[in-house]
Amino acid sequence: MEDTAVIVAFYVLAILTLGSALMVATVRDLVHAVLFLVLSFVGVAGLYITLSADFVAVVQVLIYVGAISVLMLFAILLTPRSGRDNASVSYSAPIGALAGLIGATIIFVGLKTDWAKAEGGNNFETTAAEIGRALLDPYVIPFEVASVLLVVAMLGAILLVRPGGGGEPG
Amino acid sequence: MIDLEHVLVVAALLFSIGLFVALSKRSAIGILMGIELMLNSVNLNLIGFARFVESPRPIDGQVFSVFVITVAAAEAAVALALAVSVYRLRESIDVDRLNILKW
Repeated sequence: MEDTAVIVAFYVLAILTLGSALMVATVRDLVHAVLFLVLSFVGVAGLYITLSADFVAVVQVLIYVGAISVLMLFAILLTPRSGRDNASVSYSAPIGALAGLIGATIIFVGLKTDWAKAEGGNNFETTAAEIGRALLDPYVIPFEVASVLLVVAMLGAILLVRPGGGGEPG
Repeated sequence: MIDLEHVLVVAALLFSIGLFVALSKRSAIGILMGIELMLNSVNLNLIGFARFVESPRPIDGQVFSVFVITVAAAEAAVALALAVSVYRLRESIDVDRLNILKW
């Protein structure tokens, strides 16, 4: 019974995610596109929960829904004269054909490959504790490098938008 | 029962929508939105493999997706700072008109 609920939730969330991603591609106002992008991110977070990845779902809501979308809205508000036109696209027919072809190829490979599936799937009891142990034992070097990367990106972003920084001509 | 293939199909569709958005939009912020959609689909794949594929340490897929989210956050911050910076220079973030690096 619980299984059926998870399956229904998976398909509803998949339709929500893909539908709002399509709206991002088609809606005319850039602010509306960002709001549909937020809806798509929430749908992906729900998909993570149906795939028993609760910690990553929370991180997704915090970082994508909370931070990146607000950053995008501020970037739109800080560039007022460039317009909010999301409808102007270039070469939409060939790019659409290319994207469809690549998507069809990925689906074909995904369905044809004989994946080494675990019996009944891996059911995680708690993911946060295991992810924490994995981050501090086998992946400690990438973890430290990620912190350095965040500091560098933060300093770079501040330097670029600072008055007299990278954006000033001359 | 959700199967690995269902996750892969959803992620592939999300990836192709993101690819279309990233390649066809003229606004730099629109391109960034497409890139974020593609990164999300990759994360969905990683989580799906962590859930369904035989592995000595299945949590690795989720750890990788945490790293991908970290890099995506850094990339979004720098890209939006670049967009604001370019806007100050040209009063536009239309990438078709950004040809100051030509010649």
